Amino acid sequence: MLHFPPNITGQPVVYRLVKDFDLTFNLLKASVSPGEEGLLVMELSGNEKDYDKGVKFLTEAGVRIQSLSQDVIRDESRCTHCGACITICPTEAFSLEPRTRKVLFDHNKCVVCGLCVKACPPRAMILHF
Amino acid sequence: MTKTIAEINEKIREGKAVVVTAEEVIDIAKEKGVGRTAEEIDVVTTGTFGPMCSSGAFFNIGHSKPRIKLGGGKVYLNDVPTYNGIAAVDIFLGATAIPDDDPRNKFYPGEFNYGGGHVIEELVAGKDIRLTATTFGTDCYPRKKLETLINIRDINEAILFNIRNAYQNYNVAVNLSDKVIYTYMGVLKPNLGNAHYSTAGQLSPLFNDPYYKTTGVGTKIFLGGGVGFVAWHGTQHNPTALRGDNGVPRRGAGTLTVIGDLKQMKPEWLVGTSMLGYGCTLTVGIGVPIPILSEEILRYTTVCDADIQAPVVDYSEAYPQMKPDILGEVSYADLKRGRVRIQDKDVPTGSLSSYPKATEIAGILKKWIEQGEFMLTEPVAPLPGAESGITFKPLKERPIGE
Repeated sequence: MLHFPPNITGQPVVYRLVKDFDLTFNLLKASVSPGEEGLLVMELSGNEKDYDKGVKFLTEAGVRIQSLSQDVIRDESRCTHCGACITICPTEAFSLEPRTRKVLFDHNKCVVCGLCVKACPPRAMILHF
Repeated sequence: MTKTIAEINEKIREGKAVVVTAEEVIDIAKEKGVGRTAEEIDVVTTGTFGPMCSSGAFFNIGHSKPRIKLGGGKVYLNDVPTYNGIAAVDIFLGATAIPDDDPRNKFYPGEFNYGGGHVIEELVAGKDIRLTATTFGTDCYPRKKLETLINIRDINEAILFNIRNAYQNYNVAVNLSDKVIYTYMGVLKPNLGNAHYSTAGQLSPLFNDPYYKTTGVGTKIFLGGGVGFVAWHGTQHNPTALRGDNGVPRRGAGTLTVIGDLKQMKPEWLVGTSMLGYGCTLTVGIGVPIPILSEEILRYTTVCDADIQAPVVDYSEAYPQMKPDILGEVSYADLKRGRVRIQDKDVPTGSLSSYPKATEIAGILKKWIEQGEFMLTEPVAPLPGAESGITFKPLKERPIGE
């Protein structure tokens, strides 16, 4: 997962990875808006030297790279539906069910960044490696 | 229209009491009017389920053979330190206590995965707990060391005793700084990135009894999944806080001290809780029944989220530095809609208090009363009201002389 600081979300970073370093990417999830911290989840592959150069380019550009564990799941027996996770999630995977006010977790929107895992007061969000 | 608690109890005994939750009563009163609703309804039930740090429990573990005097010694439950300044085998465990070797905020933000609140949850769940103790020997209590498993079934008493719970209104926490902060109000994102609140709003016990007309010392309540009592007004009880025209406090105001037998409580209503970068605590479920003794009392219970205002406080500067400044007020209706307007910014909101669980608590208490299992009590003393002049004072530091 790539974390983009707000000042470079306008730059064609992925294009450079392909063009300059001959890397192949498979974009899984993206959340990039101008002027805000952006997130890209992708598989990145290529020649080892090119890959290392590509990663160096990203780091120097101010992009933080986080390798991802496989999955985040919710332990339904521990979730109290308080809502402390809702504003923490960068991809808005949590939402409130308007009628019951229960916290819904949309697994498809989750990019496995893990921010909710430690921010969850009853520790209901679990990282699966 | 007036009723007495004795009359309501008679109806509960006969299975004829009309009980609704503090959420249900809002629409009923809108439809039928306050007068008719007050005549028809006997009890309104409330509920709240949120982290309440001033919680803890007393235990009497029984005397070992030979005897040991834990008072004055050191006692740990699952490595969490307890308070040992009382008699030989009475100990107190606070919700925020953490193991001596917890790294705390050394690696910031600390995770605080296990503390007193978690021990209380596990104990209530019936799990064995490791007790380790060291102390000094005396002629009548010769033993100096004790290591044993204990279980809530076997110990003499386990008493939940929470010195400040069920806050009547609370701050909405935001962060005006340019970095993430980790607080007891959760993770607060920089530059007004989010706003966290922590009450059940229209379902919360003291919002429905703003002047403490029916809730007093001795009021029987839902506590941690079992039955408990209001023991006193809570610490930092501040009945003179700013109030709206409807009587509802617009700042943190009244609080409750509650007590109850931990042995009949349930772990799903006493949940060990970890606040990233802040510490451990216990999330407590409380429900207070409000006997509808008059139209006035009924009218208070019809309070809805739109009528309740909460102050917005910056937790990066104003809160830690004890500055009185607030950034304005927002209503619980707006907070629950998911976005509030603060300093011309649209700020997403999140809660630390669970509204679905509060609803469930009010529903359980309603069922207990309807089924005749839960009788109401007359308070034996009132909670101090605004006329008491009690205020919430800051500490006046004074130099310690030679």
